[in-house]
Amino acid sequence: MMFGTKTSPYMHAPQSVGQVMAQVIYALVPGTLVLLWFFGWGVVTNLLLGLGFALGLEALMLKLRQRPLIPFLTDYSALVTGWLLAVALPPYAPWWLLLIAMVFAIVIAKHLYGGLGYNPFNPAMVGYAAVLVSFPIEMTSWPTPELTSIGNISLSETLQQVFLGGISTWDGLTQATPLDTIKTHLRLGETVEQIRQGQAFGWIAGQGWEWVSLAWLAGGLWLIYRKIISWHIPVALIAALAGMSMMFWLINPHSYSSPLFHLVSGATILGAFFIATDPVSASTTPLGKLLYAGGIGCFTYIIRVWGNYPDAIAFAVLIMNMAVPLLDTYTQPRVYGTKGRFGL
Amino acid sequence: MFNLRKFWQSSSGLHLKDYHKEQSTQQPVRKLTAANASELVIPLQQHSGHKPKIIVKAGDFVYKGQCLAEAEGVISVPVHASTSGRIQAIEERPIAHPSGLTDLCVILIPDGQDNWGDQRLVPIKNYAEASATVLRERVSQAGIVGLGGAVFPSAIKLNVPESVQLTTLVINGAECEPYITCDDLLMREQASEIITGCLIMLRALHEHAPSQGLECLIGIEDNKPQAIQAMQVAAEHTKDTRIKIVPVPTQYPTGGERQLIHILTGREVPSGRRPTDIGVLCHNVATARAIYQAVVLGQPLISRYVTVTGKGVVQPQNFDVPIGLSMHTLIQAAGGYTSKAKRLIMGGSMMGVALPTDQIPVVKATNCLWVSEQATEAITLPCIRCGQCAEACPVNLLPQQLYWHARARNLEKVEQHHIFDCIECGCCAYVCPSHIPLVDYYRYAKADIYAQREAREKADLARERHDFHQERLERAKREKAEKLAKHKEVAQTKTSQDDKQAAIQAALERAKAKKAQQAAPAPSATAAEDKPA
Ligand code: SF4
Ligand code: SF4
Repeated sequence: MMFGTKTSPYMHAPQSVGQVMAQVIYALVPGTLVLLWFFGWGVVTNLLLGLGFALGLEALMLKLRQRPLIPFLTDYSALVTGWLLAVALPPYAPWWLLLIAMVFAIVIAKHLYGGLGYNPFNPAMVGYAAVLVSFPIEMTSWPTPELTSIGNISLSETLQQVFLGGISTWDGLTQATPLDTIKTHLRLGETVEQIRQGQAFGWIAGQGWEWVSLAWLAGGLWLIYRKIISWHIPVALIAALAGMSMMFWLINPHSYSSPLFHLVSGATILGAFFIATDPVSASTTPLGKLLYAGGIGCFTYIIRVWGNYPDAIAFAVLIMNMAVPLLDTYTQPRVYGTKGRFGL
Repeated sequence: MFNLRKFWQSSSGLHLKDYHKEQSTQQPVRKLTAANASELVIPLQQHSGHKPKIIVKAGDFVYKGQCLAEAEGVISVPVHASTSGRIQAIEERPIAHPSGLTDLCVILIPDGQDNWGDQRLVPIKNYAEASATVLRERVSQAGIVGLGGAVFPSAIKLNVPESVQLTTLVINGAECEPYITCDDLLMREQASEIITGCLIMLRALHEHAPSQGLECLIGIEDNKPQAIQAMQVAAEHTKDTRIKIVPVPTQYPTGGERQLIHILTGREVPSGRRPTDIGVLCHNVATARAIYQAVVLGQPLISRYVTVTGKGVVQPQNFDVPIGLSMHTLIQAAGGYTSKAKRLIMGGSMMGVALPTDQIPVVKATNCLWVSEQATEAITLPCIRCGQCAEACPVNLLPQQLYWHARARNLEKVEQHHIFDCIECGCCAYVCPSHIPLVDYYRYAKADIYAQREAREKADLARERHDFHQERLERAKREKAEKLAKHKEVAQTKTSQDDKQAAIQAALERAKAKKAQQAAPAPSATAAEDKPA
């Protein structure tokens, strides 16, 4: 009898890249449903267009690069990128905005750098940053939760808004995001308390945002529980952002928002659990992850408070992506039986 | 004496859902006799080290236990006949190697008598008073090697340098690899022999023990309650307080020598050093039992417990197998192959060696034959830097970075990332969602680095030879010139000042030559690597 030979190990955990990515997608579902509740059909169009463009572009690039389609399409990494972008962009975004964002994410940030595993920058955030810089008006007009929540805007109105360039009542249905509102009004000399009297605010941040953040948090915690992501990045990111905002808030609560406001606003929780944790573009060592995510938290605060953009997670992530090779090199963990970096 | 001992658990390694051990532990060990085998094939090289010297020839009759080849060289052990019979030939036969390598083997045709004749060694009944030298001598004579898989001569391990003070003798009964159960069964069935073997080792090491005596920690994974129980009873029976049974958490690879030492003592063996450097010595439970047999019964190592398991065999179970029996015969004893048999692996599912055929003899290193079914081969995707591998690595390496540099053939970086601390346990490859055969890359990189070092050493040696040759030519020339000068001197009766100058000149030249010689680097000695079981 002749047997096949191979080298050890001969066992493998029942795990593949596709399964990892699929779990990330499952974890995105609760947050997406809450978004749907508050913002209506626009979330669905975002998602369908986003996923469609992402898959189409991925397949196109694989073809052009002469890579096999099936193994790479079933790794679901393009779906995760598409999904993340779709929920990060304002609902009811015009179709071309989504397409441009996806081109930057899938074609430029991912495939031109060598495809899965080789991209130094987080593809979803490259896409987001590109459209944010190019189309600030579209990117800052977020629909108002109460007015656009499910059932308030019909499907046909939604399609008209997305494909035909806008419904007449649209301007009345949007408003600046809480982060943006605070920034603009602070510059007008108002205090945080005065601004928060405005109707855009819920009990912590903008209306509905608390629930969206809680739902992202639930999905994120499940990912940690499933060991798909480690705790390091979310914890460090949130701690750094909370720490920074706490410091300034304690110094002057009239001109700086509270830590809680920062945690619940914008894409903080989504970023901490789903975006900054993108394995390919993040640091891989435990200490490196802490520094990487801590950096994102600090930059997010700085850009939010002193920068000119409504949200800052994307830029903060991209900045820290650049530091990853350095972080990885200098944060190697102590190997068994050797002295560590500091002689420990 | 029991339990409640602190241990130092590590978070890395693998917690598997199923270790697949139950299939082979359902029945007691079955003893196979060599007497009615058609032939035994006994390889000369069954240990790591130098090949022993053959002392029998074709046509000779040998008794069971008779020495076939004696130790030769520093790291070597003898090999013995597993049964009585006639030697048919001494020839090259395939040995347990993935590429079907052959090696010199003694082919023994059993006479069916299984006759010891007068070949038993003289039992050392009062081992508690025997000298360390006598005990070590016996362990060496009996051909005992580490039976956990490393097959390093045990007597040499027991020969601790005089200056070394030991604190702990660690006995490895962890048996952490999936599928393997031979140590488990051995502990269930031969606990008192193992414990006696430990006492013998403690005696052999008594010169290195602290005043309160050497501590003997027997580490057993807690998924073997019956073995723990049996060992416990046997240990209590001796009333020797030095021996402690310590159940350790079930977590692959707890049975790695360095990992077990850390779990039991909280101490790490420094990179590139040996356990004795931190006062610890580690032996396997099966080795302890072999030592008992050699010292108390006078039997050399001619059989061992082997697990035969997997979906590919009809009746998975453990056997007491004479060394040299064909694996084919062994599998037949387990009911033969099932239709699912696709792969034959010697060792476990994480570190075993896949063999191309079963026409290979069982050797001292054979702890398990695992006949597996066809595994679905997943496609390898690029590394997504998920870090799962680093989380699993028991040595705390960064497997993903190692892989990156190994793939780029950046050997210097590979070494900087501590590749030689990698124990090839396979945890990283096991968890990798991209299904990258990580360990293969490390094996290649290690081999590459060894080859490079060897080439460099050879080059150094050649250069040194060249320099030496050059220097000799020059010296001859110089001496000739000096002689000539002397002749002239005598002839012309020079002044004493010139004389002095000549002497200074000669001294200067000598110094120069010496410098040149020192400049050539000495060949660096490669340290012998201690492979953990
Ligand atoms: S487990 Fe595999 S995919 Fe993940 S970092 Fe390690 S090598 Fe890369
Ligand atoms: S094979 Fe080497 S690198 Fe991989 S987990 Fe084991 S020790 Fe670590």
